[in-house]
Amino acid sequence: MTSYKEVFANLNRAALIPFFVIGDPDFDTSLELVKAAIDAGADILELGIPFSDPIADGPTIQKADIRALAAGMTPRRALEFIKAVTDYKPIPIGLLVYYNLVYQYPTEQFFADFKAAGGSSVLVADLCIDDADEIAIPASNAGLDTVFMVTPNTTDDRAAIIASKTTGFIYAVSTLGVTGQRSTLSDMVAPLITRLKDLTDIPVCVGFGISEPAHAVQVASAGADGVIIGSKIVKFIEDNLSDKDKMKADISAFIAEISSALSLS
Amino acid sequence: MKHKGRFGQFGGFYVPEVLIPALEEIEDAFYRFKDDPKFAAELDNLYKNYAGRPTPLYFAQRFSKHVGFNVYIKREDLLHGGAHKVNNTLGQCLLAKYMNKTKIIAETGAGQHGLATSMTAALLGLEAKIFMGALDVKRQSVNVHKMRLCGAEVCPVSGGTGTLKDAINDALRYWTANITDTFYVFGSVCGPHPFPTIVKHFQTPIGIEARSQSINTIGRLPDIITACVGGGSNSIGLFSGFMDDKDVRIVGVEPAGRGLDTTEHAATLAVGKIGVFHGAKSYLLQDDVGQVHETESISAGLDYPAVGPEHCQLKDSGRAEYTAVNDEQVLDAFGIFTKLEGILPALESSHAIAWLITQKGVLPSETNVILNLSGRGDKDVDIVEQNRQM
Repeated sequence: MTSYKEVFANLNRAALIPFFVIGDPDFDTSLELVKAAIDAGADILELGIPFSDPIADGPTIQKADIRALAAGMTPRRALEFIKAVTDYKPIPIGLLVYYNLVYQYPTEQFFADFKAAGGSSVLVADLCIDDADEIAIPASNAGLDTVFMVTPNTTDDRAAIIASKTTGFIYAVSTLGVTGQRSTLSDMVAPLITRLKDLTDIPVCVGFGISEPAHAVQVASAGADGVIIGSKIVKFIEDNLSDKDKMKADISAFIAEISSALSLS
Repeated sequence: MKHKGRFGQFGGFYVPEVLIPALEEIEDAFYRFKDDPKFAAELDNLYKNYAGRPTPLYFAQRFSKHVGFNVYIKREDLLHGGAHKVNNTLGQCLLAKYMNKTKIIAETGAGQHGLATSMTAALLGLEAKIFMGALDVKRQSVNVHKMRLCGAEVCPVSGGTGTLKDAINDALRYWTANITDTFYVFGSVCGPHPFPTIVKHFQTPIGIEARSQSINTIGRLPDIITACVGGGSNSIGLFSGFMDDKDVRIVGVEPAGRGLDTTEHAATLAVGKIGVFHGAKSYLLQDDVGQVHETESISAGLDYPAVGPEHCQLKDSGRAEYTAVNDEQVLDAFGIFTKLEGILPALESSHAIAWLITQKGVLPSETNVILNLSGRGDKDVDIVEQNRQM
């Protein structure tokens, strides 16, 4: 398994990190799409387990959660999915999950099973740094890295605490809001990256609202170590539910386009 | 945050990072202003002269005769807007004003909290946006009209089953994107810290008044106090006044909907498992893997899969007991109480009435009970009528 450290060290550009909801629109198609994303140039994957009440997500990812749940996705099936991905290629996988699913599994066992499936890190969307130990300790026991979010309104003091609890990368949220495509990138993002880079050596990856190659380049040139692209990719699924070949072709082409834009920048 | 917001293991603030600064700001303002003489005087004046506090404690003579023990009714239904919700909205909206916020948002189920928020926003000159499940918009259309008349914008939420939990999801999402200028007026003693503590604080007049009225009217403390529990704000308001009176039995009544043996209920404390939802650790109605259940109750105001963290602690410590009654019992109670007292009780409050009816022949005749009539039932007349025809 390649670690985050190796990935960031070996890349001479920002890491490309596509996000998928596991099992969207169904297990098999989802697996095909993730494999296609790897083949098209993904360096790291961010995968989400669908949840009934995803409060940090905008409409596109909410709908993906509903599709995946309707197709029978569960946390256990999601771990089988991750195993299938890492069997295909040993790529670092960051998990994005809402806390109740981990809590019910329960936590220690969930992290052990996720590690066994080949996972690299966990980000719990609705658990902030104040309660970080509820997951940071079991994650570290399981040999997993932690990822926490920093937002443009996070104070420097708080960001420093977050950095101290983060072993994988900091997920810098580009804007104030939920996930979703945006036509222009928030002007809060560059100052946020600069602020974080002054604070810590932990890698900083940026997500939320990155929908165009130009956005990815903008974020990379502001100093980010990685760009996370979610809603834009998930939208290709929503827009092509009746044509799975096109779904796959559109996602591959988009990821290849971002990848080459990042390499050229 | 300065405080952990824990009630035993329950509560806390399980939210995305982006919400933390806003919660900190509210926590800070709450502790700064709650005992500030100017704030307290202004709120007290609004309670008295706008909302109609104190509310009476009324001896329900004919209903008492029906059940065979003494039932005293705390008349929160007489408050402006027709429910206890205004206690909280006056407090929170005034807090928003002291924080120089001009925009507020709120979620609503039955529409009572949405209406109370809309009225208060009009009163204090705040711009209000109310998130309400699309199904609830339909089944509580009168309240929707009233909110709009007060100048509020009602935003129907079609996600999920279009009920209270979906309204809260969307209100939280909206708040995330508008955090710098918007105050979230949370409607119950649920959600992330500091809301359970703030909402409780603004509902404590119910318990404080009831306790002193009990001593003045009955001549002593009641044997039992009871209220319905959805999120749990009217009940916490009443219970808080008697927490240290160890001889007073505290009974919360949850909605058993179509029965506890089905999944169509909202009796969280009766059959829920501990989980994390909408920012707090609490008992939660969920499936085996932790997906949150849709709930079902004839009363939209109790239709919620979680419950206030303090109730969870009270259940575990044994200080309060929780029971549940089904829709059928609630409709019967609504009918009986209205006929005997000439008071239309909200279907929410009718849950507590229904529990008292089950105690007929169980409780000794000298028992004194205080029941919190959290709201009036005018809003429910159509629902009662439809169910009678069925």
